[in-house]
Amino acid sequence: MKDLLFGPWPWYVAGPLIALTMFFLIFFGKEFGVSGNLRTICSMSGAGKAADFFKINWKDQTWNLVFLLGTVIGGFIAARFLTASEEIALNPETVSHLQSMGFAEAGKQFLPYQIFGLERLCSLRGFLILVIGGFMVGFGARYAGGCTSGHAISGLSNLQLPSLISVVGFFIGGLLTVHLILPFLF
Amino acid sequence: MKLAKYLLLGVFFGIILAKAEIISWYRIYEMFRFESFHMYGVIGSAVVLGAIGIQLIKRNKLKDFHGQLIQIADKNSGITRYLIGGTLFGLGWALAGACPGPMFILLGYGYLSIIVVILGAILGTFVYGVVRNKLPH
Repeated sequence: MKDLLFGPWPWYVAGPLIALTMFFLIFFGKEFGVSGNLRTICSMSGAGKAADFFKINWKDQTWNLVFLLGTVIGGFIAARFLTASEEIALNPETVSHLQSMGFAEAGKQFLPYQIFGLERLCSLRGFLILVIGGFMVGFGARYAGGCTSGHAISGLSNLQLPSLISVVGFFIGGLLTVHLILPFLF
Repeated sequence: MKLAKYLLLGVFFGIILAKAEIISWYRIYEMFRFESFHMYGVIGSAVVLGAIGIQLIKRNKLKDFHGQLIQIADKNSGITRYLIGGTLFGLGWALAGACPGPMFILLGYGYLSIIVVILGAILGTFVYGVVRNKLPH
């Protein structure tokens, strides 16, 4: 029982619980989509002066900001109280491939310090990788009108063709990064 | 107190994504190399159950907790914005290893450098809002 809670949760636990999260939001009269919060954050910071896109009544989105705050707390609780070891049982082929690229500690922690180590932020290159990565996620999510939660989970569940096209896009982009850009960078 | 349920649901969601390692850069990398079923299982099982549930909601005309008929809006039709926007999103997702939810969960998890990714995502959202009228949709 202890292992069930403190060990990594398998896909057949996580997937249904993610669906449950979506259904709770639907029954609360809302919709499941995290990236909309980024627009809300822009709006509440006064971005409406720069573009009409941000002239929304952001207070209507307070519930989603509160949900977002909850996810931060959830991450904290998982790290502090529910995790025995952060080590991930990656495919050994993935690990050896990453090691050949210089990621010696692949899978020992959630994030590689080669990209996320605080000292990497002090170099322009390391800083730009994170800023540009985040920029494309934010820009792309709004351009496509949704992210993994809004399109891949909510949209596909509602059998939406636009969401399927978006998910195909997510994969085109992800495959380009993993097979062309990362090998070029590392 | 009306908002407390959203906070609790967010906590629940954050714990799931952390405990199932979905917030790990490595899991995203492994997914895009097709070397693990894990992420496909997570998204696939969520979508299958989600689709069954949404069909049940629609066919039985279920109401939400406020007594309102549940209506889930269709996405606007189109191809360009979804394909280009989605591709840009995917490029960033695999580079930063995090989509918008995991970014914030990782912050709570204690990975402080993710703040730079979050600021980048907010900047990207802002720039989209400024240039969107010039983009094909």
